[in-house]
Amino acid sequence: MNNFFFGIYPYIALAVLFIGSAARYERDPFTWKSSSSQMLRRRQLMIGSVLFHVGVLVIFFGHLFGLLVPHEIYEALGIHAEAKQLLAAIAGGIAGVAAIVGGIMLAHRRLVDPRIRTNSSFWDIAILLMLIAQLALGLISVPYSIATAEHGEVILFMEWAQGIFTFQPGAAEHIAHVPLIYKLHIILGLTIFLVFPFTRLVHILSGFTAPVRYLFARKGYQIVRSRRQTPPSARGSNPQASAKQPAE
Amino acid sequence: MKIRAQIGMVLNLDKCIGCHTCSVTCKNVWTSRDGVEYAWFNNVETKPGTGYPTDWENQDRWNGGWIRTKSGKLQPKQGAKWRILANIFANPDLPEIDDYYEPFDFDYDHLKSAPEGKAFPTARPRSKISGERMQKIEKGPNWEEILGGEFEKRSQDYNFEGIEKQIYGEYENTFMMYLPRLCEHCLNPACAASCPSGAIYKREEDGIVLIDQEKCRGWRMCVSGCPYKKVYYNWSTGKSEKCTLCYPRIESGNPTVCSETCVGRIRYIGVMLYDADKIEEAANAAEKMDLYDAQLGVFLDPNDPAIIAEAEKQGIPQDWIKAAQESPIWKMAMEWKVAFPLHPEYRTLPMVWYIPPLSPIQNAAEAGAIGMDGAMPDVKNLRIPLRYLANMLTAGDEKPIAQALERMLAMRAYMRAKSVEGVTDEAIAARVGITGRMIEDMYRIMALADYEDRFVIPTTHREQVEEAYDLRGGCGFTDGNGCSTGVSRGSLFGGSKKPLRMPQEALR
Repeated sequence: MNNFFFGIYPYIALAVLFIGSAARYERDPFTWKSSSSQMLRRRQLMIGSVLFHVGVLVIFFGHLFGLLVPHEIYEALGIHAEAKQLLAAIAGGIAGVAAIVGGIMLAHRRLVDPRIRTNSSFWDIAILLMLIAQLALGLISVPYSIATAEHGEVILFMEWAQGIFTFQPGAAEHIAHVPLIYKLHIILGLTIFLVFPFTRLVHILSGFTAPVRYLFARKGYQIVRSRRQTPPSARGSNPQASAKQPAE
Repeated sequence: MKIRAQIGMVLNLDKCIGCHTCSVTCKNVWTSRDGVEYAWFNNVETKPGTGYPTDWENQDRWNGGWIRTKSGKLQPKQGAKWRILANIFANPDLPEIDDYYEPFDFDYDHLKSAPEGKAFPTARPRSKISGERMQKIEKGPNWEEILGGEFEKRSQDYNFEGIEKQIYGEYENTFMMYLPRLCEHCLNPACAASCPSGAIYKREEDGIVLIDQEKCRGWRMCVSGCPYKKVYYNWSTGKSEKCTLCYPRIESGNPTVCSETCVGRIRYIGVMLYDADKIEEAANAAEKMDLYDAQLGVFLDPNDPAIIAEAEKQGIPQDWIKAAQESPIWKMAMEWKVAFPLHPEYRTLPMVWYIPPLSPIQNAAEAGAIGMDGAMPDVKNLRIPLRYLANMLTAGDEKPIAQALERMLAMRAYMRAKSVEGVTDEAIAARVGITGRMIEDMYRIMALADYEDRFVIPTTHREQVEEAYDLRGGCGFTDGNGCSTGVSRGSLFGGSKKPLRMPQEALR
């Protein structure tokens, strides 16, 4: 059981995440969107959305660096396991509170406002509730994490995550004996990865790539597409490929 | 010099009767779908009024268009790129649907299904968004039709800037005009500049501005970026949509639906050649009153042999150059100077232009008080204040508007003299700086307005843009998963996939 959830399930979830996202991007780009409901109701979204997104982003990068950067690097910087666990719990706790407050505002708005409720898909509501539950699980673990900082459990999670990403067979063993609250948090997190390609969460990927392209790849502001630049004979058979966008 | 061709439009407001045929035909073709019921790619507003969406012209409120910064840089008014990205979680400048109106339908079925009762059954309104009963319709796409509503509200109209507007609330002094609006297909589009996904682009061949529906991610920056509020967020699909200038029709040489169906024959479509290298400089003119002239400076004379040679060298097809030479847009905007861009101060270099309307003489009731300028009434005595039109069309500069109105009055006087009295009076033309020959051209194109004179549209050169071999055996336009007919249920990723149906199946 432990091996399934922490040794096999991560690979299932990540495989579905990557292959599913690629398939959706390729096969059904029209459905790839943020699905904003700001136009239908501005109230509550302005504050709720910013709190939620900023909080979640901080937590996301916190987890990413916290779990995947090898512990030796932290040691070299003079950050020991206990300090790291405290840092993670406190910074994560603050961002988590911001995110969950924002998330609850958004959920309230989505469930109560008839305009938005009527136009929400099953996954629009489900993914929001899953994220709130995940934030709640994370926040519940914070006081415990601070109280038991001297155990340095954070190291176990790092070893597990790095084991998964480096295909170590026994990775699940590292966290076999951590408290249930952490385990639930991990399982729900992996489930969110699993459903990612089938929900509006795909807009996260665009949220990371669009700014890079907008700020750095696009010279100036305007985009002009030409279908006429090269003679048809030199363009090959795919008309889309020739519809490149020379920046102005 | 980088020569490009642009399909432009002129609307002769002097002839607009406000019948909304353009809006309705456009709606039937393009926006009679879920999520865009509220969107009118073409709408007709009664001016003075606050318009649709409310107060759209007031960029202090909506932050659309461009500004010239203190350091002389041109950037979107809602902010430079990083500022736009910072608003990506919640866009503070985005209108709410109530700023347009809540789309509604009526319970028509109740009229025939209601049980017998004391009162006659009525069809009450129901929201198209939530499906809930609406107690009261508080707004519509044309809420101020024919000066509907109190003057106090309508006088919030941005074009009243610098005008003592109170007297226009009095019955004797009131004035009105129609303003049909659609996407301006700007030379310097603020929507495209605001799009973080790079989904909005201008087509090089004809200048039409389009949104790539597959690249749009619904960040909504275009909606707030466009100062004309002519990009609409489809709340059902989560993508932005806008007027396409009916490009499938334009490509085959047909006018847009709004132009084709215009009963007043007020719309003109033609080609303008312009220098793409001059766009930024023109949009960044230091004074807002210089922007109209700056935009005129971007256009290239299609009759100039040097321009023709250069255009040919840069790959502009021969028939497009010929169309540019015969373009009614060129004549009205450049030769006769009777057409003007809508709100040049937004710095977008719009390409749907307007001929200002003449209006009755303000003080006609006071006998003898009419200011006459020779045989013609003084345009300052017209009922619609010059300043009002100037605020709308030339960023406040009254001189070009006055000249255009004088030329239109001169056209009437000249043609009246010619056809009623049989006299050709060159002096009338000379007084407004043109020739009798030009006036007769104006008369032919602006007054008679034959179909061939209104629409000079060259077809797209398909041989340049697509391979016939790629299209061979293709299935044309489909609304599903490519040519596949195998998928009939909803997509795994939430989009609805419709099976390909033959027209006779759909009718059943």
